[in-house]
Order: sequence, then C-alpha cells, then structure tokens
Amino acid sequence: MITIKNITKIYMSGETPFQALAGVNFAINDGEFVAIMGPSGSGKSTLMHILGCLDTPSSGNYMLDGTDVSTLSDDQLADIRKDRIGFVFQAFNLLPRTTVLRNVMLPLVYAGIPVEERESRAEAALKSAGMDEGHFHHLSNQLSGGQTQRVAIARALVNNPSLILADEPTGNLDTKTGEVVLSTFQELNRSHGCTIVLITHERDVAEHADRIITIRDGLILSDEAIHHA
Amino acid sequence: MTIGDLTHETISALSSNKLRTGLTMLGIIIGIGSVIAMLAIGNGAQSTIQASIQSIGSNLIVVSPGTQRAPGFQVSAGRGSAKSLTLDDAQAITADVSNIKAVSPEVSGRYQVTAAGTNTNTSVIGVVSAYIMARNLEIDEGNFITDQNNQSGSKVAVLGPTTRDDLFGAGADAMGQKIRIKNVEFVVIGISKAKGGSGFSNSDDTIFIPLSSAQRYLSGDQYVTSISVSAADANSTTQVQQDITTALLNRHHISDPQLADFSTLNQADIVAAASSVTGIFTILLGSVAGISLVVGGIGIMNMMLTTVTERTREIGLRKAIGAKSKDISTQFLVEAVALTFIGGAIGVFSGWLISFVITRLGVLQTQVSIGSILLAFSVSAAIGIIFGYYPARRAAGLNPIQALRYE
Repeated sequence: MITIKNITKIYMSGETPFQALAGVNFAINDGEFVAIMGPSGSGKSTLMHILGCLDTPSSGNYMLDGTDVSTLSDDQLADIRKDRIGFVFQAFNLLPRTTVLRNVMLPLVYAGIPVEERESRAEAALKSAGMDEGHFHHLSNQLSGGQTQRVAIARALVNNPSLILADEPTGNLDTKTGEVVLSTFQELNRSHGCTIVLITHERDVAEHADRIITIRDGLILSDEAIHHA
Repeated sequence: MTIGDLTHETISALSSNKLRTGLTMLGIIIGIGSVIAMLAIGNGAQSTIQASIQSIGSNLIVVSPGTQRAPGFQVSAGRGSAKSLTLDDAQAITADVSNIKAVSPEVSGRYQVTAAGTNTNTSVIGVVSAYIMARNLEIDEGNFITDQNNQSGSKVAVLGPTTRDDLFGAGADAMGQKIRIKNVEFVVIGISKAKGGSGFSNSDDTIFIPLSSAQRYLSGDQYVTSISVSAADANSTTQVQQDITTALLNRHHISDPQLADFSTLNQADIVAAASSVTGIFTILLGSVAGISLVVGGIGIMNMMLTTVTERTREIGLRKAIGAKSKDISTQFLVEAVALTFIGGAIGVFSGWLISFVITRLGVLQTQVSIGSILLAFSVSAAIGIIFGYYPARRAAGLNPIQALRYE
C-alpha cells in the first residue's frame, strides 16, 4: 500500500535550483499493476528513486505499508529496500562472471537468509520469472537479453517484496523480447498478486499495465485505468 | 553477510582479474620476502661475525707492541711492528695481574715451509703451553707444545689441519714427519683440530713451534710479537685490561699512558664494534626492504581504487537491493586484507626460500627468526587495512542512484 502526498523534489544543479517534482499525489493499492509514463525530463526517474527508497523527497510524505519512509536515514532506507522493494533495471545490472543462481540469491545474502534456504527460494523465483531450469548454473554473461532480464526479475522477486519497481525494463530489448518480458510482469501480477510499478516513456509499453499515471514537468497530467481486451 | 559469503565474494572478486591480482600481490610478495630475507641475512651475518670473534679465544685481551711516541719529531714505524714486548713482560703480567686464566706470549711470522718435496707459505707461531688455553685450541692427534719443549728449545712442530693437508696431502699421517722452516728441521708431534677458518688469524693454516725455538731459529731476537691474556670471566676483562696497562707502563718506565709503547685490545670491544656495525647493516637492509613493502601497499591501494571505479554499478546495485554502507566497506576492506595476507604468506615463504638457498650455497649462515615472520605478517595486515580503508570508504560512500547510472 503506497500513499504519496504532496511530494516535491528540488535539485541543486550548480547555483540554480531545479524542481524535478512539484507536488505529486497518488495512492497505489496492493496487487495493482501501474505504469508511470512521461518523456525524459518529466520527473519520472526522480519519482522512481523516491518510490524505490533510493532518495528522499524535499517535502511531502511517502507512506509504504504504513511506514513514513520520507524521513528515514540511509541505513534505514537500505533496510526498507532489502525487505520490501525489488528492482528491475533497464541495464539488467547482473553481476558478471557469476551464475544465474548466485545472482538471484544476492538479495538473500544481505537479508541474512540462511544459506540452506537461499537456493530453493532462488529457484522458485527463477521459475516464477519463467526461466528454464537448464540455465540456472550458467554464467550471467552467457545469457541472451531476454533471459538476462528474466533473471533480473527473479532477483527482484526473491525477497517477496511489497513492490516491484521496473525502470524501463524493455529499453535494452527488441520489441519481441520486450513483449515476452512484459507478459511475464502481467503474469506475476495476475497469478502471484505482485504489486508492480513500471516506469517507461513509451505508451505501447505502459498499456500492458492496468493503470497509467502520466507525468510531465513534475506534475501528474493524467491517471487513467486501462481495460484490457 | 556471513563469513562464508564474504569469503566467496572475495575469492570471486580476486579471481576475476587474475593477472592484475597477481601483479598487485607481487608488490607485497617482494616487500615481505625481502624483509624476511634481509633480516635473516643481517642476523646471520651478526652471529657469524660474533662466532668467529669468539673462536679466537674467550675473554681475550691482546697486547701488541706499539711505537713509543717521544715528545718532538720522530719517525714512527707502523703499529705492531715495533719490538717492545719480551717474555719478561708476559711473566710480569702473570705475576702482577689478578683474575687471569692464561697468559700466552707469541712470536709469529710467515715463512716458506718445505716437507718431502712440497712447500707452502704459512704463518708460524712460537708459543708456550698456555696458548692452547688462551686461544681455545684443541688437539686432534699427538701433543701440543709443552713447557719442556720450550725450556730445551726443541725443534718440534704442531700443524694446523690445513697446513698438514698442504704439506702431506689431505688427511695424510704427518706424525713424526720432518718439515723445514727457514731451513731448520722440525719434527711434527701433533695436529690441531679444525676450528673453521675465520677471524683475524686462521688457526687451521698455522704451524705452532716452541716460543724459545722461534726466537732462536726464526726471529733471532728475544722479543715477542704479541701477548694474549685470557681473563677469568667476561666481567673481569676490563679490570684485567687496566691492570695489564698499569703493570706494563711501570715496567717500561712510562708515566704518560698516551706515550705507551704497546696497545691492548679487548675482545669484548671487538665484539661490540662488530655488533654495532652488523646492527646498522641489518637496519639498513631492513629499511630498504621496508620501503619496497610500502610501495607494495601503494600498489594495493591503486588496485583497490581501480576496482571500486570499475565496479561502481555493481556497488550501486548492491546498495539498491539492500546492502548498507558497512556491508560494502567490509567487502572491499576484506578484499584488500586478503590480498596482502595471501601476498604476505607467499612473501614469507619466498623470503625463507631465499635465506635457505643463501645458507645452502654457503654464502652465509642465515637465520629466519619467528619474530621477523610475525612482524612481516602484522605489517602486511596493517598495510591491507591502511591502504584498503580509503578505497573501501569511497565505495561505501557512493550514492546508489549515481552509481547505478555510472558508465
């Protein structure tokens, strides 16, 4: 359950202040699949960083599962990210020269999950993300783009987070593979009830979600529900 | 992160670029290895020099003749070349000075020695029976020069083992054979035990004959070339040295000690001087090695900083999935310490190997001390921590957003 109230973010770029977010309000319920859409410079990345607890707002409140995370310290934010948020990045960001399984287990290492439990949880997450069991022990740099992103999705899933944040997850993929990755997200949302926030600048991609929040110049332009055929 | 996770991360990080890891480690290996080897060489040299000084004799004071310096202009001959000491001086020392174990007047010189078709040039020392006690000499075969030999001025000789080998062949039976020194025939009555050739005179390559015979047949006068005095114990050497000086000044009617026509040399002084020289030598070698260790440490820091830059995105990712600053800094610090520790272990081994080879080649008897190994290990751990700290802090302080965007 996410509630955002009057969030602003002001950056100092050199001497001049730059307002990236100018008072944003919305709520996302558990089990929703929301796309945040906007062109570059619209403030969507800043919003993603705040939603992902990588950054704190200049003013306003951000309630995540009943916790006000807008005023936490760096280490407390790290704890929130560890337990409640899973990230999927445009550039995948898998550890090179490391097996698929170890990549997926990485969040469990920081979460202090016992070694015996890690492998089975990682395998379950990889299966949910649609990875073939034959690839579990391959090195991450031997995989195709689509497979790499599935591993990244599995890594985001493995901690059973409250929220999965996907930042342009199809940006580095061709249309066909991108389609497969997006349907994986839909599948996770429908059958596993995962709350997913997808950040993109493409309407085609955003339409895979059930709701699109359009943002421009640091303000919400529209908030519409999508009805899939 | 558990210790197992840290170990796994460290191994995979260090093995991901083996050449770079190896080269960086080489700096530490050379540093630690040279510290170990240099200290071993220094310690070995020190004990070798001390042992060779000790082998001359125990608690020894050597009285040598010197030139008398009268007021006004005079021509000075070299120290030790003057003839100012006699057998009576030696007897006076025996009579007047307390705490003495042995007094051994000696007449030495180098002569051409022949025996049954072979010949050699070696040092010949005229001695009394006390020589054996003053100089810690042991007899292998036969007897040493006795007081009886001296009273009768008999033409007998005791050979050092090297001289025996030179004249009669290695290990040959020389007992009862005849040798000629300066055309005077001597009979071999004994062979001394090998002492190891070192120090100021090699007793293995020496011929001992009675003092009276040396004066009569070789030097042709009543002077002695030195008097060795062995003090009763190490504590009394200073007192013995002073008493000898006083006794001889009185006998020679010299009032000003500056004008003494002899000089005394205390073995303890020689040991102390040699020890301070080898001590400085060890410090010098050790500090050169220490500098290379610091250079190795800078190499570690350089590699760790490069690694942090290279792995900026990875650090960003780790932070995004919940790693705290402490997790990141621990990981990089452990990596640096592991690097220096593995390098340190290989360095200790190679330093030991170098010392071992030097010993085996017979260059020098080296000593690898446990202390220097512990020192090397603690220094390498300290270098890992000191030079790993800054890169680790830098990694931990990265902003996750910027780190994730880093190209």
